[in-house]
Amino acid sequence: MVDIRSGTGEPIGPAEVEDVELYHPHSWWTRYVFSQDAKIIAIQYASTAIAIGMVALVLSWLMRLQLGFPGAFAFIDADRYYQFITMHGMIMVIYLLTALFLGGFGNYLIPLMLGARDMVFPYANMLSYWLYLLAVLVLVASFFAPGGPTGAGWTLYPPQAVLSGTPGGKDWGIILMLSSLILFIIGFTMGGLNYVVTVLQGRARGMTLMRMPLTVWGIFTATVMALLAFPALFVACVMMLFDRVLGTSFFMPAIVEMGEQLQHGGGSPILFQHLFWFFGHPEVYIVALPAFGIVSDLISTHARKNIFGYRMMVWAIVIIGALSFIVWAHHMYVSGMNPYFGFFFATTTLIIAVPTAIKVYNWVLTLWRGDIHLTLPMLFALAFIVTFVNGGLTGLFLGNVVVDVPLSDTMFVVAHFHMVMGVAPILVIFGAIYHWYPKITGRMLNGLMGHLHFWVTFIGAYLIFFPMHYLGLIGVPRRYYEMGETAFVPASAHTLNEFITIMVLVVGAAQIIFLFNLVWSIRHGREAGGNPWRATTLEWQTPETPPRHGNWGKELPVVYRWAYDYSVPGAPEDFIPQNQPGSAGLAPEGAS
Amino acid sequence: MAVVVILVLLAVGSVLFHLLSPWWWTPIASNWNYIDNTLIITFWITGVVFVAVVLFMAYCVLRFRHRPGNRAAYEPENRKLEGWLAGGTTLGVAAMLTPGLFVWHQFVTVPSGAAEVEVVGQQWLWSFRLPGADGKLGTSETRDVTPENSLGLNRNDAAALDDVIIEGGELHLEVGKPVKILLRSVDVLHDFYVPEFRAKMDMVPGMVTYFWLTPTRTGTFEVLCAELCGTGHPQMRGTVVVDNAADYQTWLSSQQTFSQMMAATETKQTAQAENAAAAQ
Ligand code: HEM
Ligand SMILES: [Cu+2]
Ligand SMILES: [Cu+2]
Repeated sequence: MVDIRSGTGEPIGPAEVEDVELYHPHSWWTRYVFSQDAKIIAIQYASTAIAIGMVALVLSWLMRLQLGFPGAFAFIDADRYYQFITMHGMIMVIYLLTALFLGGFGNYLIPLMLGARDMVFPYANMLSYWLYLLAVLVLVASFFAPGGPTGAGWTLYPPQAVLSGTPGGKDWGIILMLSSLILFIIGFTMGGLNYVVTVLQGRARGMTLMRMPLTVWGIFTATVMALLAFPALFVACVMMLFDRVLGTSFFMPAIVEMGEQLQHGGGSPILFQHLFWFFGHPEVYIVALPAFGIVSDLISTHARKNIFGYRMMVWAIVIIGALSFIVWAHHMYVSGMNPYFGFFFATTTLIIAVPTAIKVYNWVLTLWRGDIHLTLPMLFALAFIVTFVNGGLTGLFLGNVVVDVPLSDTMFVVAHFHMVMGVAPILVIFGAIYHWYPKITGRMLNGLMGHLHFWVTFIGAYLIFFPMHYLGLIGVPRRYYEMGETAFVPASAHTLNEFITIMVLVVGAAQIIFLFNLVWSIRHGREAGGNPWRATTLEWQTPETPPRHGNWGKELPVVYRWAYDYSVPGAPEDFIPQNQPGSAGLAPEGAS
Repeated sequence: MAVVVILVLLAVGSVLFHLLSPWWWTPIASNWNYIDNTLIITFWITGVVFVAVVLFMAYCVLRFRHRPGNRAAYEPENRKLEGWLAGGTTLGVAAMLTPGLFVWHQFVTVPSGAAEVEVVGQQWLWSFRLPGADGKLGTSETRDVTPENSLGLNRNDAAALDDVIIEGGELHLEVGKPVKILLRSVDVLHDFYVPEFRAKMDMVPGMVTYFWLTPTRTGTFEVLCAELCGTGHPQMRGTVVVDNAADYQTWLSSQQTFSQMMAATETKQTAQAENAAAAQ
């Protein structure tokens, strides 16, 4: 790989890539449906993810209606409530966030930001989407199957997940859930290998690894992690499917179910938890790292300043990614595993706080002495920092094994993970959509609707989840269909629950404005031009907006500098695109 | 400007909410006030960081927001500053982790004199077992569970015969006496959770888990299940009563042992068989 130092190297002739390398579509079907263009696949992934995400959103309204006004809605019985919780959690984490960040943003941005024509394996990329869609359809099918979807909680802990006391346990629910996950993982693997190989092999000339925008670093690291973590979930799903369908006993000890001895024996429920969280903890970062990367680029672009400490940011991403494979059992402090594990996992968990904190410092230090444009992407980025810091700090409670003991399995946990991996990444997704929508459609999203959406979502979500921690502190457990009469829960806590539910409906309404804006602006938005934010990265330098299949016309771009040459002293403009030759710009060595 | 005001309000509001809202933990009833203390330390450290970060952001927005003619500084790195921040964070983390691990060591070290009590979970009911006169809990097996012997005790184990069994009733504990709570489940995961004790632990079919505590005040406390165990999960409630020594002994002597229980069911069965024979 060539490393071109700005200004010092020989001029390098643009690489010409023959057009025939790409398979150009010949019909409407191959252009828009069975497309092999990463940008179309990205939009397919994103639309599917948002559609199924809406289902999860509506489910959260129903759950909150039950929690705020217990018993007021007769059709939400306990069985349904648990089905809603399970589907809500699973959809949000896997089918919305993972799919949207990696399948959506990954597909759209990796080739464009790296100056490639497309992913390296376009056909596998297409298959990846169709398997994802199939996984979503199987998931949706479980809503209509006899017995309904599984109500085992998104963690699907056996033995409960495959027994009759749980909705869907002895019906189709759990079988369809596990099958859907298996399909998802197969599909993801095809896409994931693609992203990794493209990042390693498909970069334009001059785009060294240490010149890649942090967005790509985040998505790349998350993808590598997902490729290592999903297999654990995959085998856990297959084993549980065997237990359920073939009567094996991987996770099933001797059990008396409602007075009847079952045939199982000798299996270990805790084994499943280890497998699940070996996947599940990295999963948190699979969602968070792309968000970290994207938000870094949003802040830098809209504060017109280079990201502070780029190399530290890259290393922090890589170190967080690596460490997150040795902290999984912090989800299992009270699972009954050997309590001495607690020492190890509490220590590793709290160590992760250091590189994570460095990222936060570098974001806010990027604002320092910046030229902060309070655009919508910037507003969402600021909101992300607040929310993420809040949720990250409560993680220090739950990671510190002994403090977790009273808080584990209470609403404190629910509040924590919603802040840190629910609301925070979603705020980044919103920011990213406001940021890249002009590139994808050629038009800006409407600002008025955007501001309304922003303020209601940010403040509303904070008001929902901040007070919720205190319900957990009182001792209100999570996954409770109703609290009933419980002596230690004061009446005022019920008022708080009502308040939270009302806020949820308000925030929900704001999302409808956002969806409307997405559709409305395709036709009515202001024309954006090629580079409305005056950004440095390659995706803003395409010859056409929206970019065509092949992205770059005849000549591939050549990269001369890192992604953050904003406000370079002496430069005529306050940004220098990565593909602009010249000696201005003082990027740190190694990054230049 | 709205951004600055909101950010400041958010930081200040969160602190005020923390200090003034009526929602706080239940008064403690066990020796685990160490846990409460660690939690308080964590609240302080994290609270300071949160407020500092948010106020810093608010200041940046106020001071450096775009005005015509502005230009940002160009400062790719600052090794020294980054080093200091990383060092300070490491210290803060250590200040939380050290007391945490110290208390965890206590949590996992059961005092040698602790009495043993067993809690058995099944969908959706709590049962309890205390050692009889021999001070020992007898052996048990999920395979041995029958309608008459719902905890699966080993009938051939002498230590099991005198065990005291409480099905679906209240558990009594003696104030000031350390107790090791052994946890068992015959069907799915459950979790024995008494908010006033602070401690909790999952119960896992196929194995015995435990934690220990010393009740520090008398009273009646609610037991909740804190691990999703199916549709009846929120209804799975029980009661723990912490007694003084005298009350505890009175209560204990009025409980049924395993052999009494077996004898009672046998008499019942014989009676039923006789009735049936008579009816013919
Ligand atoms: C404003 C939006 C949201 C609301 C109002 C909401 C509400 C809820 C509620 C009420 C629960 C059940 C809590 C309990 O009693 O255990 C829940 C669970 C959950 N939510 Fe959300 N949620 C939202 C967004 C999200 C997002 C974006 C994610 C993505 C990570 C997410 C992930 C989860 C997960 C993983 C669970 C746990 C499910 C389980 O216990 O099995 N939620 N949510
Ligand atoms: Cu985790
Ligand atoms: Cu339960």
